Amino acid sequence: MILKTIADQLNIAAQCRKYNLSLWQCPQFIFLVMGLIIIFSSLFTYAIGTRYISDPYMVAIVVLLVASILFVLSTIISHSFDKLAEASRMKTEFVNIVSHQLRSPLSNLKWVIELLFSGRIGAVSEKQTEYFKILKENSSRMEELISDLLIVSRIEQGRFPQRKEKIFLKDIVQGVIKNSEIFARASNVQIEFKAENDLPSVFNDPSQAKLIVENLVDNAIRYTKERGKVEVSLVKKKNHLILSVKDSGVGIPKNDQKYIFQKFFRSANALKHQTEGSGLGLYITRSIIEKFNGRIKFNSQEGVGSTFLVTLPIK
Amino acid sequence: MTKTILFIEDESALQKTFGEVLTQEGYSMISALDGELGLRMAESKKPDLIILDLILPRMNGFEVLKSLKESEETKNIPVIVLTNLGSMEDVDKAISLGATTYLVKADYKLEEVLEKIAAIIKQ
Repeated sequence: MILKTIADQLNIAAQCRKYNLSLWQCPQFIFLVMGLIIIFSSLFTYAIGTRYISDPYMVAIVVLLVASILFVLSTIISHSFDKLAEASRMKTEFVNIVSHQLRSPLSNLKWVIELLFSGRIGAVSEKQTEYFKILKENSSRMEELISDLLIVSRIEQGRFPQRKEKIFLKDIVQGVIKNSEIFARASNVQIEFKAENDLPSVFNDPSQAKLIVENLVDNAIRYTKERGKVEVSLVKKKNHLILSVKDSGVGIPKNDQKYIFQKFFRSANALKHQTEGSGLGLYITRSIIEKFNGRIKFNSQEGVGSTFLVTLPIK
Repeated sequence: MTKTILFIEDESALQKTFGEVLTQEGYSMISALDGELGLRMAESKKPDLIILDLILPRMNGFEVLKSLKESEETKNIPVIVLTNLGSMEDVDKAISLGATTYLVKADYKLEEVLEKIAAIIKQ
């Protein structure tokens, strides 16, 4: 396992391909070349130094030459990093623009569907209602995806500020569970919530706290098998509140566990169970929790279920 | 008396949808497809409420809002910002410029927007 990790790290060509960069634009490759040059130039300088000990000019020229090569390589590396940073910035900007542009027609679509549904412009037959429902569900899915993409682009641009307000996490969890009841019932999943009495408030952003709870509870329901159970609890431990969301779901395969907080990652197991989903929820959840100075961890066993634990500081 | 709502929005699909529901709710709706025209109509028609998008041709919604609130003739007209820009900076900016409320299109149902309109127009 360790050897495989080392082999993967050493496979520089594959790593550069991942960035879509040529070898001479790829920092890993240039670092490797630079390392080799440093080793050989040190040996070469030593050889020259001992051979031409009586001719310090020659030694100085060689040292100067080596330093110049290293300088040129450092400049190339710096340019490569610039390119990577620029590519990342452009990608984030692209996601931002596209998401905004997609949002407008989707809002129009959503409201037109609502108008049709409302019967304000004439009665709708049962069959038409059925198809309007499909339209509505699909536009909602796209809206959720776009909303997630926008949050990700704001996180990456460092433009995801937090309001500081006194919030009671227990109320937020109760609200989210209440809103999830229909989805849970439709999925044949039972939700249980236990919280200690008199839990203190935390000083943070209410909408972002809600997003954390929503993502975890939604995932727990989504990946729970029929007639399953989701247990949510909230307790105080020293100066922290600990939110636990436990499901009896499909679980996360061991090999996938290290990737689940990465953007767009969806484990093969999750895909098999539920094709819907962008793979952004846990990335967003962790980013917000870290902004709250909190931590998230999980235990999971394939076929048995997962438990996500969020630790948030009280002050 | 019938209340007049000025709808400043460059999406004609939304103009049509809101035109339908606002008329049904008993309001009279006038509309502008760009910011500059919207501002001129606000000055000339003195509506009871303005619904304003932020991404608009010619003059963006922030500029329109600023001008509306700087003018003696229009500064007391309530403005609902109805947009897809949802960052906190945008919300804060619009509220500090004098918007009565800020609604992100993606977050509201049509009926909820109508409720907000009714609540503000009754005040």
